[in-house]
Amino acid sequence: MTWYAALGAVEQGLVYGIMVIGVYLTFRILDFPDLTVDGSLPLGASISAVAITHGVNPYLSLVIALAGGFLAGAVTAILNTKFKILHLLASILTMIALYSINIRIMSGPNVALLGQETVFDAVIGYGIPAHFAGLIIFGLFALIVLSFIVWFLGSEIGQAILAVGDNPQMIRSLGVNTDTIIILGVGLSNGLVALSGALVAQNQGAADVGMGIGTIVAGLASVIIGETLFGCNTIARAFIAALLGSVVYRLAIALALGLEFGGFRFNPSDLNLITAVLVISALIAPNLKKRLIQR
Amino acid sequence: MISLNGIVKYFHKGSVNEVFALDNIDLQINEGDFVTVIGSNGAGKSTLLNCIAGGFFPDSGKIIINSQDVTAWPEYKRAKLISRVFQDPLLGTCPSATIEQNMALASLRGKKRGLARGVKSRDRDRFREELKQLGLGLDERLLDKVGLLSGGQRQALTMLMATMLRPDVLLLDEHIAALDPKTANQILLLTQEIVKQSRLTTLMITHNMKHAISFGNRLIMLHQGGILLDLKGEEKKNLTVKDLLAQFYKTQGEELALDSLLLN
Repeated sequence: MTWYAALGAVEQGLVYGIMVIGVYLTFRILDFPDLTVDGSLPLGASISAVAITHGVNPYLSLVIALAGGFLAGAVTAILNTKFKILHLLASILTMIALYSINIRIMSGPNVALLGQETVFDAVIGYGIPAHFAGLIIFGLFALIVLSFIVWFLGSEIGQAILAVGDNPQMIRSLGVNTDTIIILGVGLSNGLVALSGALVAQNQGAADVGMGIGTIVAGLASVIIGETLFGCNTIARAFIAALLGSVVYRLAIALALGLEFGGFRFNPSDLNLITAVLVISALIAPNLKKRLIQR
Repeated sequence: MISLNGIVKYFHKGSVNEVFALDNIDLQINEGDFVTVIGSNGAGKSTLLNCIAGGFFPDSGKIIINSQDVTAWPEYKRAKLISRVFQDPLLGTCPSATIEQNMALASLRGKKRGLARGVKSRDRDRFREELKQLGLGLDERLLDKVGLLSGGQRQALTMLMATMLRPDVLLLDEHIAALDPKTANQILLLTQEIVKQSRLTTLMITHNMKHAISFGNRLIMLHQGGILLDLKGEEKKNLTVKDLLAQFYKTQGEELALDSLLLN
């Protein structure tokens, strides 16, 4: 792996790390497996790209993207809580609907940002080399999101969110409307995922309707890698681990793509397979370990 | 004060599995009453408590607590007035949160939750003082996760959490049934102390006739969704386990008679 490829992987790890923080919030904290993210990542990208091409400030476009993602997540959560549709199915329905919505937003399958102002221009304007701009902006956003989520989960509402995932009956009998909390939590999660998508689009100079495929699997892989390598004793630690897990995941992928066995090489299109195998082995490893110990 | 007027509840209404769970229940419970509730399995004890707590809505009838009609209030809204302790010690606390986080959650029962810190430093001393009363050494373990505690410790903590913010109604659904006899006794004594201290209006389901007689100032026996027996004051004081068992078997006998009718 070249130094340049490693830099790129860390960059990717940080920006997708914002998405992973969102996935951690639903998957681990709320115990709500949410596939909406495959649609809300490109939703954030398309909203931001279209907003910028219409002359909106690139930072403001991020806020709009975040709000759009929140709405998408809220739809999934409302389908689940108010209409009693199974969470997985509810999220798949929203994800499928978002595919059409994203194409509507972009009036086509993609929007290019060539020559448009993005959040990276401000940094480059300070004389920082372009290939560091991504690292700095992504690192900054990831840190802000990380600090916010840890602060938020320490608040009275945040503690109620944790309790909803842990023991819904208990927190309901303490006067918390669990439906509202789930809508808030899944909304926030998808808001972060959309923010991540918007930043990716501004960095790669285009939004594409297909860029969300496999988001949830990459998110889960990062979550699991993070938990295994860095632990999840406290909330702060768990979210730092999720972010670092994302970086390690992208580095591992970059490494795998650089491998060569005789004449065989991995293609970028093999990514989803590699990731799926990674997640499956991480999911069954604890089980296998238990069985082996019992013998 | 709680007043239940003509509460009717069916489960699976209209299907072959239809269960007539509460049969036109009329019940007035005065402020400060400690009511013990007994009855055989399926008599409707838990259904009655669940109905008061808002776990489901009755098919007809009215529930009034402190002159507020709460019949249409969802469970989380009734939490302003009601505290509950369940049979399963795991249901009353959050295992992955610390003791102080659990207590902080409970100290906001029925109140608005905002962006202030969940556990405030000024609360810690108060939590520690209250935990000291339990005498289980939990006051030294504020930062331990509740999942590490034993069932008895968790149930004691749940009792404390249920009452740290004085509820208008305390519902105890066989809250000592899943504990070993010694721990059960400790929790029961703790219950009595707390109820007496804060003069709480309490309903306690129990399967133990002795407890039903010796605790509280009123006893209700449920049978097939209706109130079969309702004893207060002197009547309850003079009650013996033998009397109660006689009543209990009378209801069973009724079923036996029915069975023999069918078999003949």
